[in-house]
Amino acid sequence: MSEAPPIHSSVKTVSLSIVLFVALIGLWEFAVRYFKVPAFVVPAPSSMFRALYGGIESGLYLEHLGVTLVEILLGFAIGASLGFLLGVGIATNRYLAYFLYPYVVVLQSLPKVALAPLIVLWFGLGLTSKVIAGALICFFAVMVNTIAGLRAVEQDRVDLIRSLGGSHFQVFWMLRLPSALPFIMAGLEIALTFAMIGVIVAEFLGAERGLGMLMQSMNFSMDVAGSFSILVVLAILGLTLNRIVIFARRRLIYWEQRPGARDADPTDAH
Amino acid sequence: MQVANAGEAAWPGQGAVGPAIDVNGVTKRFRAGADTITALEDVSLDVRKGEFVAIVGPSGCGKSTLLKILTGLFAPSSGDTRIGGTLTTGPRRDIGVVFQSPLLFPWRTVLQNVMLPADVQKLNRTTHLARAKELLDLVGLADFKDRYPNELSGGMQQRVAIARALLHQPAILLMDEPFGALDAMTRERMNVELLRLWRTGNTSILFITHSIPEAVFLASRVVVMTPRPGRVAEILDVDLPARRPLEIMNSPEFGAYVARIRAHFGSVGVID
Repeated sequence: MSEAPPIHSSVKTVSLSIVLFVALIGLWEFAVRYFKVPAFVVPAPSSMFRALYGGIESGLYLEHLGVTLVEILLGFAIGASLGFLLGVGIATNRYLAYFLYPYVVVLQSLPKVALAPLIVLWFGLGLTSKVIAGALICFFAVMVNTIAGLRAVEQDRVDLIRSLGGSHFQVFWMLRLPSALPFIMAGLEIALTFAMIGVIVAEFLGAERGLGMLMQSMNFSMDVAGSFSILVVLAILGLTLNRIVIFARRRLIYWEQRPGARDADPTDAH
Repeated sequence: MQVANAGEAAWPGQGAVGPAIDVNGVTKRFRAGADTITALEDVSLDVRKGEFVAIVGPSGCGKSTLLKILTGLFAPSSGDTRIGGTLTTGPRRDIGVVFQSPLLFPWRTVLQNVMLPADVQKLNRTTHLARAKELLDLVGLADFKDRYPNELSGGMQQRVAIARALLHQPAILLMDEPFGALDAMTRERMNVELLRLWRTGNTSILFITHSIPEAVFLASRVVVMTPRPGRVAEILDVDLPARRPLEIMNSPEFGAYVARIRAHFGSVGVID
């Protein structure tokens, strides 16, 4: 094995990585002050953190975060559910596959973000347009992965259940669906990020509330430190949502976590 | 639904008459573009109750096609098959199959994997749970019932697959090169264990292999098949004691059986 051993978290490595982070922030602060970079180009970390603190303390960020979070979760839930259901339909019914797949391919090659202005135009400045934009963008990731997962089942395993007299529904429920779970969860992981992109872009284009709208209005008033502080909030939000999906994946696909113990076999002769 | 009833009637000891397996002049043709490929031609053979029959033949002799016809997943082009006396007209419920790879479900524990036939056929959980544990005991994996398949070696996984194939008390156990993927040492051990299982369980077994010594070691009769199209060349009685130690492979009688079977493939120019 030429692979380098993974680095494990220890007091030493964690404190080193904190030191590195603080040093980078310090370097940034120093560079902005030393080169007298105007605040509307790149703000100093200190003013960014001040904006962040002010926004959180006044309750402003939390209010808009709540709006954006609801939009993301709704868009994700709707888009992922539709993507899953259509994926199941296309993977299990060849008529659906024959008639629907061409549209899927065309829509898939289209950059869905380009539809966001139309969606805002049609569905207005409220929650609906954001949810639709998020759902539309994340839908494909789930559908494509669901199809791939349901189709990636060995024929012999299908024959095994069929040879026991099992129905097509049993093949789907006992075999295809659990086999597809790793694919579907990978799709959900991407889909959540996509839903976030769809919602934020739609908020940029026209909204009354939400972090995207807040950031856009700060941009207009040259409050770059404020914009940066919103980016920090968005980064934390994205990271948290991603962690939740990964946690759910570990719980749902519990059998992937178990290490192979093929070498420690007490009964077989080797 | 008529198939399901037929399957239940054919459980061992429930009044079924005739051989465990009866294959009657089965021919199977496939269309491949403009051509027609004959996979099996006029294949007839039988497995008596409690008998261990091996089919030996090189790749392309239609062994796997025959297996799919027996399970009812393929319909023969002509001829028919009976299991426990009932005609096969579609997928049946009274067959146990062991494939070349164990095909365990990674999200099920060893015990849950053995319970698969009970889940598929909605059989009584309590009695079959007890039977599953018995079978795991029989294949020497009682201590591993709560483990997951990826914690087991290839040989152990295949033993789980055998226990699973026996859970619903099938009229016949079909084995399609079940030890082909194992290393030679493990394979010999599994052969010895399979014979022990067969002697204790009174199971009828049809065992497909392309290893001639394996066929002679295991079976009381060996069906020799030749390829393209798959035909039965000879059905050979193996007159060796039922209790066979591995050393029997060194005996002149054993060697004579192996040589006689190999001559079939020599004459059609197939080396396997």
